[in-house]
Amino acid sequence: MSSILDVLWLLIALPLGSAVVLLLAGRRADRWGHYLGCATVAASFVLGVLAFLALQARTDRSVEETLFRFLGVGSLKVDIGLLYDPLSAVFVLLITGVGLLIHVYSIGYMAHDSARRRFFAYLNLFVAAMLLLVLANNFVVVYIGWEGVGLASYLLIAFWYYKPAAASAAKKAFLMNRVGDVGLALAIFLMFANLGTTSYSGVFAGVGNLSSVTATTVGILLLLGACGKSGQFPLQAWLPDAMEGPTPVSALIHAATMVTAGVYLIVRASPIFNASPTAQLMVCIVGAVTLLIGCIIGCAKDDIKRVLAYSTMSQIGYMFLAAGLGGPAYALAILHLLTHGFFKAGLFLGAGSVMHGMKDQTDIRRFGGLARVMPATAITFGLGYLAIIGLPPLSGFFSKDPIIQHAFDRPGWSGWAFGGAALLGAGLTAFYMTRLMVLTFFGRRRWAAASGGQLPEPKESPWVMTAPMGALAVGSVAAGFLLSNADALSNWLAPVVGAPVESVAHKLEPLTVTWSVLGAVMLGVVIAAAMFARGTARSEPVTANPIVLAARRNLYADVINEAVFVRLGAWAMRVLVFVDSRGVDGTINGLAAVCGGTSARLRRLQTGFVRSYSLTMLVGVVAVILAFSLAVFR
Amino acid sequence: MAHVPLFSLLIAVPLLGVALIALLPRRAEQLAKPIALGAALVVFSGTVAMWFGWRTDGPRFQYPESYTWIPQFGSAFTLGADGIAAVMVALVGVLVPIVVLASWHDAEPGKHSVRAFFALVLVLESFMLGVFAATDVLVFYVFFEVMLVPMYFLISSYGGPRRQYAAVKFFLYSLVGGLLMLASVIGLYAISSNQLGKGTFSFEALLSLHIDPVTQRWLFLGFFIAFAIKAPLIPFHTWLPDASAQAPIGVSVLLVGALDKVGTYGMLRYCLPLFGSAAYDFAPWIIGLSVAGILYGAILAVGQSDMKRLVAYTSIAHFGFIALGVFAFTAQAGTGAVLYMVNHGLSVGALFLVVGFLISRRNSSLISDFGGMARLMPWIAGVFLIAGLSALSLPGTNSFASEFLILIGAFGAHKAATIVATVGIIFAALFVLWLYQQTMHGPLIPELAVTDSPARLAVRDITRREVAVISPLIGLILLLGVYPQPVIDVINPAVDRTLADLHISSGR
Amino acid sequence: MSPTYYLILAAALFTIGAVGVLVRRNAIVVFMCVELMLNALNLTLVTFSRINGTLDGQVMAFFVMVVAAAEVVIGLAIIMAIFRSRSSTSVDDANILKY
Repeated sequence: MSSILDVLWLLIALPLGSAVVLLLAGRRADRWGHYLGCATVAASFVLGVLAFLALQARTDRSVEETLFRFLGVGSLKVDIGLLYDPLSAVFVLLITGVGLLIHVYSIGYMAHDSARRRFFAYLNLFVAAMLLLVLANNFVVVYIGWEGVGLASYLLIAFWYYKPAAASAAKKAFLMNRVGDVGLALAIFLMFANLGTTSYSGVFAGVGNLSSVTATTVGILLLLGACGKSGQFPLQAWLPDAMEGPTPVSALIHAATMVTAGVYLIVRASPIFNASPTAQLMVCIVGAVTLLIGCIIGCAKDDIKRVLAYSTMSQIGYMFLAAGLGGPAYALAILHLLTHGFFKAGLFLGAGSVMHGMKDQTDIRRFGGLARVMPATAITFGLGYLAIIGLPPLSGFFSKDPIIQHAFDRPGWSGWAFGGAALLGAGLTAFYMTRLMVLTFFGRRRWAAASGGQLPEPKESPWVMTAPMGALAVGSVAAGFLLSNADALSNWLAPVVGAPVESVAHKLEPLTVTWSVLGAVMLGVVIAAAMFARGTARSEPVTANPIVLAARRNLYADVINEAVFVRLGAWAMRVLVFVDSRGVDGTINGLAAVCGGTSARLRRLQTGFVRSYSLTMLVGVVAVILAFSLAVFR
Repeated sequence: MAHVPLFSLLIAVPLLGVALIALLPRRAEQLAKPIALGAALVVFSGTVAMWFGWRTDGPRFQYPESYTWIPQFGSAFTLGADGIAAVMVALVGVLVPIVVLASWHDAEPGKHSVRAFFALVLVLESFMLGVFAATDVLVFYVFFEVMLVPMYFLISSYGGPRRQYAAVKFFLYSLVGGLLMLASVIGLYAISSNQLGKGTFSFEALLSLHIDPVTQRWLFLGFFIAFAIKAPLIPFHTWLPDASAQAPIGVSVLLVGALDKVGTYGMLRYCLPLFGSAAYDFAPWIIGLSVAGILYGAILAVGQSDMKRLVAYTSIAHFGFIALGVFAFTAQAGTGAVLYMVNHGLSVGALFLVVGFLISRRNSSLISDFGGMARLMPWIAGVFLIAGLSALSLPGTNSFASEFLILIGAFGAHKAATIVATVGIIFAALFVLWLYQQTMHGPLIPELAVTDSPARLAVRDITRREVAVISPLIGLILLLGVYPQPVIDVINPAVDRTLADLHISSGR
Repeated sequence: MSPTYYLILAAALFTIGAVGVLVRRNAIVVFMCVELMLNALNLTLVTFSRINGTLDGQVMAFFVMVVAAAEVVIGLAIIMAIFRSRSSTSVDDANILKY
């Protein structure tokens, strides 16, 4: 009898098959397409749960399954192979679970879109690619899934392709992801060149034989890949723009799952990072810098989805920081990833619900007082809000607080720097999230004035949307406690990232850290509440504060990208086009012109007069005779 | 299997089709189309038979044939295929029926001769099969040169407004290369008559020559420049955008998809095993040229305003990848390069065909005449995207496997070059997505925004014939993207043998 | 008598013929000058045949005569044709075969 663990490929095949059916069936599938989409993800979820239970029953907690040989040339052997271990199991549950909720939500959210079937096809494609990514047993298959989710992300951001902003954002996302992909690809090449294999087991077994320079290089290249996918500094600029896609996409791909693939990669490759303290330090720096960037810009944004996007960036910064700290903090990174998956997806769905009610308005300055008209949204959003700012006993507290604790534990100056950054980030998170909450759900009803009374009263979204929001809110409340109680997650992940250390000597007392975090959070909440309780101006207040100005312009990331890459690229392109048409092709055409011109002149010798021909002949004969004579009589 | 003169039949069938077309009376000239399609399909089934009869553990050259040709010169009409040639023959067999079907209305009566068009396509197919199946250097050379003739007439008679310029440019470029190659072919003959006592052109006999390194360099250059023009590598590339932009779409597919592959095929099959030492000497330079071509072609592609020229420049970038794979001298990179030739033929074929669909609807190949088309033609947009994703080597499409093999194979020996080439994949994404965004995304251009305008009515989604044309390519793109190993199994032994010859003749 | 005189005579005849071909416009005269050159050549051949004591030169002279006869036939025919269409025997009038 075959166990569920023998047919893991079904997990991927179901949503993939659904995507293919939906894309090929065309308009015929419009009526039932979304049900098929949801059903296959639900089936994958059920299979995921069954597989999880089956894995729990096993002692070795790791199942490998080779499907077929993908590439085999000489010593290079790449199989399409799956690895189901505690880490993949957790991700499978997150992807299919949160994915299922968001699929259900999309039925309602996209109900009025004529291309809903296509939307579900892309969502299914994404789920399949993401599952392939986390179930891979070697780095090449990871890469396949890695680019696959990039494609799904591209398709979904550009779902409303007729909006130029959406089309540009999709292209930007794909390109910046590709920069990261180059890092991942080079890391794979380096692994093969040094270890002769790309499989997890082979690479991790051989890490000890790598020189420290190679290990560091591989680590940094993997980090580059992770930065691209997870919207981390310096490749962060695409993530906020990706909000041009439909809101369920932002919730599923650009908050809960795909953007956390970078964290997954670093945790998965933990043996490599463990071998290179420098690479770990780089991961920490990237995490700390990004979490601050995200917070600072988040404070200055007025678009509800962009605030959440910068918040996502910042929270993933926490995960990177944790992953960079290594050791017991790997499990914390995954813990924060899971709790973040719940509360951020819930927040995005809430934002989508608000937009649904407000006729796609996203500017929080035009919201206000929505708690009264959209109670279910307000409650679920509120729970997500409390979770993200880290209020005990909601889930964000259980995941964020220990990360800050461990950041301080790092020896030397870096401990203070990372801990301080994380602490500051916690306060800023509280500030901008409170601002978002207050401006959206409390205070005056600015939308009534904004529309001049033309807008009908916003209505609460249908149950098909609020039910998933409720489920995610439950997760936001309870997941943190359940997963961290008695180190449940750490113990579960122990086969992958190492067992949790029994007694850790903390540099700072845990209670001290907890209280300072709570103090920072409270400070942020109070300041924001005081500033925005009475609403805000309809337009951006004029200010000369350089930090605010910089934050409004995304800390000049787009300006720098524009100046360095776009301008320089366009200039190089024009130069090369000129060189190609005038230089390279010009040389050839010039050569042709010289030949043509010369022959045009030489042609004139052909006068048509017989006498001139005979003179030429005579001259020729005389010349030949002279030449012979010279040769003979010299 | 050994008794079927397979390749002679494959070469003869299109010519038989040509004879039939020539016998057609003028009023029945439309019959030329089904005859051409039939002949191409017979060849296709022949290549399928070859594919299933192939023994991956078999002798180096399979389906061998030999006929007396010019015994005075020691040249025999010998045919046969190793794994490298076999996949190229299969590629030609797949592409030609598609091209015939795609060009169904490209040579309408009144404008041009329908019979001549399809006859020329068949002649071209026959010669291309010959060039890949030849195992005698002189036979190879003859097919290599004579291939130009039908292509010249296809471009100069059926092309765009600047077709004469493009056709002559193509012809002259190729001829220069061909003459250099002829000099080297004669050189080989002379050396063989010194060393073997009797001059020969047989490829297998020539492999046993011991040529001193200096001579090798000159002979190598003769072959290499001919192939570099054909492939084309920079700086020999400028004929390609002109030729493929002016040629009718089907001809562009054959030109870039199959005919140009003779260049990279020749580098691997002839330059490497015959002139190993010279190949080692020049490899760093050629790799530099290839990598430069990857970036150069990609950046220039973005700078084009004409879709066909854009696709041509992307091909220059892709040929850079192939040449990198050939001259990296590892089994992975070499196998990847051959696989890339096949994959590029499929993906650039699909891309050109989709561009042709677009052109047929707007009578323009300028990117600025398109915009927001996805709304009017969702199926074509989808097909376009798949072809484009194959051009940017997304995993799951065919090109990924080959590009990955080339890069991972080249990385060990040429780190810096491979890193630059890998950066090239960003540019690949740039030109594909840029083109896709300009044509398919965004709002409809004003001319098309008005419902019921004549321009808008001319824009319709994919037709049945177009489905038949594009779906085999899309199917192969996806199939080879997921499961390339069977093709690799055919290619790999031949590449291993070629690299072994390389090491013998280089003396290293 | 030294054969050298014959060679000098032949050279003189050849030069007269060559100059005639170059400077005269009348096609008939040009034609006669060509014949003069051919016969100067024949004289040279015969002279050398005499000097060397072999018959090769005389055989060659016969060949030249045959060729000259054939040439006269074709040449005069061409001149006749041109004269019929242009009413002129000047070679300068037949100059349209040019660039």
